[in-house]
Amino acid sequence: MIRLDYEIIAGIIEPGARVLDLGCGDGELLSLLKQKKNCHATGIEISPQQIYRCMERGVSVAQGNIDSDMDVYEDKRFDYVILNESLQQIMNIEKVLTDALRVGKKVIVGIPNFCNIRARAQIFFMGQVPVTESLPYKWYNTPNLRFLSLKDFRDFCVEKRIVVEKNPCLCNGRQVRYFTNLLADSGIFVLRRN
Amino acid sequence: MSDPNFVQTLYFTFAEPPRPLVLKSGVSLGPVTVAYELYGELNAARSNAILIFHAFTGDAHAASYHEGDAKPGWWADMIGPGKAFDTDKYCVICSNVLGSCKGTTGSGSINPATGKPYGLTFPVITIEDMVDVQKALLDHLGIKKLLSCAGGSMGGMQAMTWAVRYPECVHSAIVIAACHRHTAQQIAFHEVGRQAVVADPDWKDGNYYGQPVPARGLAVARMLGHITYMSWVSMEQKFGRKLLDKEKLGYDFSKDFEVQNYLEYRGQSFVERFDANSYLYLTKAMDYFDLAGGRKLSEAFKGIKADLLVISFTSDWLYPSSQSQEMVRALKANDVDVTYVEMESDYGHDAFLVEFEDQTRAISSYLAKVGRERSLP
Repeated sequence: MIRLDYEIIAGIIEPGARVLDLGCGDGELLSLLKQKKNCHATGIEISPQQIYRCMERGVSVAQGNIDSDMDVYEDKRFDYVILNESLQQIMNIEKVLTDALRVGKKVIVGIPNFCNIRARAQIFFMGQVPVTESLPYKWYNTPNLRFLSLKDFRDFCVEKRIVVEKNPCLCNGRQVRYFTNLLADSGIFVLRRN
Repeated sequence: MSDPNFVQTLYFTFAEPPRPLVLKSGVSLGPVTVAYELYGELNAARSNAILIFHAFTGDAHAASYHEGDAKPGWWADMIGPGKAFDTDKYCVICSNVLGSCKGTTGSGSINPATGKPYGLTFPVITIEDMVDVQKALLDHLGIKKLLSCAGGSMGGMQAMTWAVRYPECVHSAIVIAACHRHTAQQIAFHEVGRQAVVADPDWKDGNYYGQPVPARGLAVARMLGHITYMSWVSMEQKFGRKLLDKEKLGYDFSKDFEVQNYLEYRGQSFVERFDANSYLYLTKAMDYFDLAGGRKLSEAFKGIKADLLVISFTSDWLYPSSQSQEMVRALKANDVDVTYVEMESDYGHDAFLVEFEDQTRAISSYLAKVGRERSLP
């Protein structure tokens, strides 16, 4: 079973594309893109343990920091730069997105929606910071530095003049098309420079 | 037929007159004898060869046992059947470097022109010259392209040099705890070691063969080296302030602490197995190492066709991760397929000789990938 977000991302990316996955984790998406789409795929990951898993999957990943490691790449080196479930854990978001839009022709961002209906309900009825399937952490152990909704990110893109080409949204492993900021637990954004 | 449980050191001689080896310095040297060992079988296509490079004071005996020996080769935990460098799949080659004293021609070898040891008449050699000698060995063995080449420390410098100097001859290179150029600090440590050797009255400008060797100077040099190979943490864990066979401090200049004894022991045992002039030549070769040579590093890496695996260790302060990261950045800038991991270890620079679990995990999957994508059927 392929995760739906991976399936959607793999569906967006053309065969043979050059892809950089920032915060690629255990390399599952990279390996999928390599095998199914024959992509020239590489990644940056901070944890050595995750890099061993990437290596076992046969993908080439360099340990490093998303914040600083894109400097070496010339403009438009990649067809796609992916930030799936990593953006909310980044300190310097504006720099990283600027760099990603520089080295990639397009950028695919996947973020959890901190304002979906279940999260809202937990805040409203229970008066507590939400813990849901897509936001499984407690306030004291969350790796997330940024708490944003799909709408917040859309507004950010408008403000920064970033074009959102596509924005498939997901809820419980299915795609949702309406009231996405309320219903979706995560969203995928395909971005490019204006 | 030799016993398959043991390995023998083999020898190959080339660069005989009138075709000597021309060194980077421009000086000619010949003949050159190379000591090497082979583990595993070369396949019919000769596509499964991996060249291993030893570090500073190592030798060609990387794995398996010499007949009658209790100790295996220096990287036996990494090389053998089912190990990271799996000799059931790969043909692993390790040769002693030029300038060393472990079977390959060096300053202690007899100069055929004089019938005496070269001593300081031996030319100053470089990492590139070591690599050229290895290339001659591979030509002799009929291997056109290596599946991989790998080494730690000075071995990593050779691996990196192979990728730059013979881009058509390597599918991949594994560069461990190494650098692309020696820095001021690295040169400085070597200089102190060399000064200790040449200050020993027994050194006699390198003409000590057949006489007492400069044991004290070489031992001091090795003691200093050993400190740089460990880390603050590993020394603290291993020795702390433990006293040596004493209840309390002696208030004299006998040895009080265990760490003193350990260094002394390391220094002494080194003298028994290593030649003082080779120490000078090999440290010099490392100090001269600078792949960029005045250019931008990314310029120097332009021709690389191999895939690279770069490994560094968190507590290695002699060849710190920052140097590996500099290489990785320059490789990325050239679109080289590069994997980089900074392994967690307290063992300092020595980690590449100690941390087998993580290295095995990384290297075995890496070699499988290279085999799949680059060479093996």
